[in-house]
Amino acid sequence: MFEGLAGRLQDTLSKLRGRGKLSEADVNEAMKEIRRHLIEADVNFKVAKDFIEKVRVRAVGSEVLTSLTPGQQVVKIVDEELTQLLGGAQSRLEQSPQAPTVVLMVGLQGAGKTTHAAKLAMHLQKQGKYPLLVACDIYRPAAIEQLRVLAETTRSAFFSLGDQVSPVKIAAEALAHAKTHGYDYVIVDTAGRLHIDEALMGELQDIRSTVHPTETLLVVDAATGQDAVTVAESFHRQLELTGLILSRMDGDTRGGAALSIRAVTGCPVKFIGTGEKVDQLEPFYPDRLASRILGMGDVLTLIEKAQSVFDQDQAKVLEKKMMAGDFTLDLFLDQLQQVRNLGPLDQLMGLLPGMGKMKKQLSGANIDDKQINRVEAIIRSMTPKERNNYKLMDYNRKMRIAKGSGTSIQEVNRLLRQFEEMLKMMKQFSGMSQKMMKKGKKGKKAPFMPFR
Amino acid sequence: MALFDRIKAGLTKTRETFFNRIGSLLTGRRIDEDFFEELEEILLMADVGVNTTLLLIERLRQEVKHRKLDQSEQLRPVLREELSQLMKSEDQEMHFGRGALTVWMMVGVNGVGKTTMTGKLAHHYRKQGKKVLLAAGDTFRAGAIEQLKIWGERAGCPVVSHAPGADPAAVLFDAIAQAKADGTDLLICDTAGRLHNKADLMNELTKMHRVLTREIPDGPHEVLLVVDATTGQNAINQARIFKEATNVTGVVLTKLDGTAKGGVVVAIQHELGIPVKWVGLGEKITDLDEFHPDDFVQALFE
Repeated sequence: MFEGLAGRLQDTLSKLRGRGKLSEADVNEAMKEIRRHLIEADVNFKVAKDFIEKVRVRAVGSEVLTSLTPGQQVVKIVDEELTQLLGGAQSRLEQSPQAPTVVLMVGLQGAGKTTHAAKLAMHLQKQGKYPLLVACDIYRPAAIEQLRVLAETTRSAFFSLGDQVSPVKIAAEALAHAKTHGYDYVIVDTAGRLHIDEALMGELQDIRSTVHPTETLLVVDAATGQDAVTVAESFHRQLELTGLILSRMDGDTRGGAALSIRAVTGCPVKFIGTGEKVDQLEPFYPDRLASRILGMGDVLTLIEKAQSVFDQDQAKVLEKKMMAGDFTLDLFLDQLQQVRNLGPLDQLMGLLPGMGKMKKQLSGANIDDKQINRVEAIIRSMTPKERNNYKLMDYNRKMRIAKGSGTSIQEVNRLLRQFEEMLKMMKQFSGMSQKMMKKGKKGKKAPFMPFR
Repeated sequence: MALFDRIKAGLTKTRETFFNRIGSLLTGRRIDEDFFEELEEILLMADVGVNTTLLLIERLRQEVKHRKLDQSEQLRPVLREELSQLMKSEDQEMHFGRGALTVWMMVGVNGVGKTTMTGKLAHHYRKQGKKVLLAAGDTFRAGAIEQLKIWGERAGCPVVSHAPGADPAAVLFDAIAQAKADGTDLLICDTAGRLHNKADLMNELTKMHRVLTREIPDGPHEVLLVVDATTGQNAINQARIFKEATNVTGVVLTKLDGTAKGGVVVAIQHELGIPVKWVGLGEKITDLDEFHPDDFVQALFE
């Protein structure tokens, strides 16, 4: 079974193999799958709907590249749109023209604000900055203690006035303290709160208008569901967020919430949290998250490679010959070499979704580079005449070829048998495409070479 | 019904609540494609998940065809019945030990509210006159032990703890010894939050569970998975893997006082057969309610 969207789309669209353009009906079928997949990845229903519409418009009527199946083509479009929507890599904090720069951490309860405040401090220290960690969560039991211990771990300066002083006052005094002591960043940890809690949201607004943060970062659990949009919109409306930190990306969640939030607030994801330790903060790469949401491994890398390697003109010549039925061992060799240009075969298999697990079995099976080496050697040991007409082969010729290539006559026989089967298949294909042409449709795509 | 009055009260601030939307959808509408599409949207937006939603809708479609229904009111009892079916469990009550001591364990990913829920449960059973002991099994997160101690003070029950970084299984072992020695009725063990895909951390949890089983032959009597209501489809994975590691017996749904619907518990109950037993609705020590599936379903239609 294939996992991920790429696999499912290829299943859905496999019957379309061999047609040149994506029709509206094909695309609609694919869009259903994509929508389902996005929602399972926790992309918000409405965001998914808008997104699908955008992809649909682009996909209908688009040319399927010679090297791609229609399924891959759709995946490619989806991935491009997704990456674009997720925005560029923005893993840096803005700096205020006048030090110190204030960073306000906000979010729901349990999102990871306190931990990420400490992670940010560590991140800044690595760049030679002096951050001050400020404990403004006076509500959750032991929250101040938690930040104090974390500050010790990261060897950051820590500021607290206990839990009997209002957070607004703590923030204000922390800022004054930072100014006199020359800290260049003030990271304010605040209590988790619900976006609909008017009193507590009001408190955040007061902190904001007192310390004027340059960055107001919403910390969001990567596993958040449909509600992420409501939460983020509400925080954004009340506090004008400048960015997101996506926590718990080390889990196995798809992280569709990030896409939803990005779509409704326009705020960039600045960092992702990838563990409980204070140094586990990573820059955000939109393309990686896109692949993760789609669940595709690195299939796109493979697609891109295929596009760059296969010479389009050469492919057309090849196709014509194949359709006309004069496919020769020479051409077969050409094709093999093109496949090889993609990289070592076992690596290619690893890039395919769902194949990761099968990789071990595959390396034990017959699909390896050595096998191709032998096939190449056999063909290269033939005379041009033989390559153009395999039917010439008799026992003596085969013996010579086996000796010349350092293989056995059995292997030569096997190759010839496989080649013969391939020719038969091609005849069937060209028969089909001629029928299709009569109906006014043009068979355009060459069947990908099977090598078994 | 008090519980769902409270949930609804908490939700009045949001414009479109799940409950209201289903309610109005089922009032005076013709059953057509638009109707099903809207119902699908409501269910998906509540995090019920694609599989469960499609299953529900398919059953409703068959019912509509079969009984030739065309008004949405007629579908009300059908939807109620189907949802009840999905949420129903024979095993809604909390389990207590046959012997003198009952042991429960709290598990879940980080930040879902395990420690808070431990404090609330302690308070709940203290009020019923039980002698409750808490075990500070989260020795990893900074401040977790202090946090539990504060809850213990509020609830009026002692807390067994070791130093930060100690082996949590050892904390549990000591807690059981103390519970046996001082005639405790109920021991609730807090554990550190952990992501379910971290094998070593899940092994640690299995080890803690094993210690409890070894010391109390029919224990632990309850392993409660705490699930944050804002969590999406990943909660199903969480439940599946925590169940493998510790034989989870119930779900506690926290943070339901926001705008999240926690619909993923329908899928957890339906796909994994783990019943929801408690609901957390706020930060106060009394913000805890028992979960009743029938109320839940009925509240959808009021």
